[in-house]
Amino acid sequence: MSVADSTATPAIEVSHLVKTYAGVAAVNDISFTVGRGEIIGFLGPNGAGKSTTMRILTGYLPATSGQVRLCGVPVASRADEVRRLIGYMPENNPLPEDMRVNEYLYYRGRLKEVPRRKLGPRLDEILELCDLKRVRHRLIGKLSKGYRQRVGIAEAILAEPPVIIMDEPTIGLDPHQILIVRDLIASLRGRMTVIISSHILPEIEVTCDRVLIINGGRAVAQGTPAELRREIFGHSSYRIELAGNTAALPALLAGVEPTLKITGATPVADGFEALTLTTAREDELGEPLLRMLTAQNFRVRALSREHPTLEDVFLAATKRSWDVKDEPAGPKSGGSDEKEKREIRPDRKN
Amino acid sequence: MRHFGTILGHEIRMLLVNPATYIAAVLFLAVMGFIFTGILETYSHTPQELSPGYVFFELFWLPVFFLVPLLTMKCLAEERRLGTLETLLTTPVSTAEVVLGKFFAAYFLYCALWVSTGAYFWLLKSFSGDSRFLDPAAVAGGYVFVAVSGLLFVSLGVFASSLSRNQAVAAIFAFAMLFGLVIGTRYLGTVEALSTITALHPLKSVVDYAQIFQHLDDFRRGVVDTRELLFYFSGTVLALILSILGVETRILHS
Repeated sequence: MSVADSTATPAIEVSHLVKTYAGVAAVNDISFTVGRGEIIGFLGPNGAGKSTTMRILTGYLPATSGQVRLCGVPVASRADEVRRLIGYMPENNPLPEDMRVNEYLYYRGRLKEVPRRKLGPRLDEILELCDLKRVRHRLIGKLSKGYRQRVGIAEAILAEPPVIIMDEPTIGLDPHQILIVRDLIASLRGRMTVIISSHILPEIEVTCDRVLIINGGRAVAQGTPAELRREIFGHSSYRIELAGNTAALPALLAGVEPTLKITGATPVADGFEALTLTTAREDELGEPLLRMLTAQNFRVRALSREHPTLEDVFLAATKRSWDVKDEPAGPKSGGSDEKEKREIRPDRKN
Repeated sequence: MRHFGTILGHEIRMLLVNPATYIAAVLFLAVMGFIFTGILETYSHTPQELSPGYVFFELFWLPVFFLVPLLTMKCLAEERRLGTLETLLTTPVSTAEVVLGKFFAAYFLYCALWVSTGAYFWLLKSFSGDSRFLDPAAVAGGYVFVAVSGLLFVSLGVFASSLSRNQAVAAIFAFAMLFGLVIGTRYLGTVEALSTITALHPLKSVVDYAQIFQHLDDFRRGVVDTRELLFYFSGTVLALILSILGVETRILHS
């Protein structure tokens, strides 16, 4: 997984970041830390403040208040140094239309201070990695969307910066291309720290080590996808298709595990019913359940454990934060404990 | 300033591959050629006091008003509109390097086009065989004027481009500024109120100093006045500083 070198400074430290545009807080007190070599995903509805946060990270936009450090270098005072540490691909991947791919990458390499001698071989490497060899002499304006995204990604990783920031890298790509880009990003793990923002939740789930969900300018949830599932849903779900005396079921279920409850029942064909069971227990209850059910002469034809997807987590987290109750302002450490960073008191509706 | 060379080379190359540059060049040379031919026709009918070289620069403002906006409208406005300004400013280059690189690329092209009008004088000399028609002093003076005033004009064009996302708005704003500077100051110089109302006398001295046509005459007669040089250099520096600030401020307050 992630190679977080505990002796080195974290790749990205953001503490109490605020950005207001004309009275509207686009980013309202976001704090998080990213260790070296991690891949972290930003999730959030449109207008949540993801792009603004990323722009502040790159030093392009100045923040209204708060502190951002990249590899220990503060962005506000040493923006110049920070720009040598990042590779950035903005939203909509703006590219000059009238340059050729290799020309553009060469120019960007020179701007990022890659020495001339290394630039040639590095370009070959990158073109190979991003599968751009066939189109190296084509005008960027004439490339299809998938190629353009790859040119954008190639340009971001060209100078091998320690931190790569990509705003929606897989938007508009077809499934094949998404797969290519996903593998590309996964191959950077450990060597470079990557921040991706996206709406394509399955991608984030698969590629990212940790996820940060932003809504309305606030960080509403942080953690690995598994942690988030546990935190937001806090239970395991099982789906069973069975036929038999379902009236007696609750008592029998309580026998297997006290917290096991039926939370949903729909009849399916042939007299079977599809039941959703939930329990607070984390470990696998499939075996005892099956044993109990067959002992009691129920006819079981399907049993599976349901994992809430990141989409469910996302919808629950962003819905829930409409009922934000702010914690009273107290001294907060700007450091590494993620759990402290959540500003809302969750209003559990499940 | 380490990346200035890279940016300059890149901008010049981009200007040279852009068809709009060649269209502007053709129009410019066509207009100037037409003017030169007109001058020669007048000369062939009746003898004139001043040499063709002297008179040729009289209408310098005509191509300037159209050429400078065409060369500079794209430089910053297009980048801002496409979003590539963002990718450019997140590399280790500074805003100053970007603006200066674009300015010098446009200026280089401007000078190159004017230098190519030297071909007209060369043609005149080679066909007439008589070097009396060629007034090297006046021609040199004229070209020096073009080079020096070009600094100011192109920097105003870059400034106009830094203020807008839209190329057309940038072009029109540049045109308006150049018009105001060249023709406007000339008109203001003739306004009587400036000389009669004593309260406006400081303004009158400013307007008198900024008479572009007066500068042209001085240069052509061989008088290279450092006050006039200062006018152009300081104006250029001011316009470039404002361009750099313009780019940065729009990000700050976007």
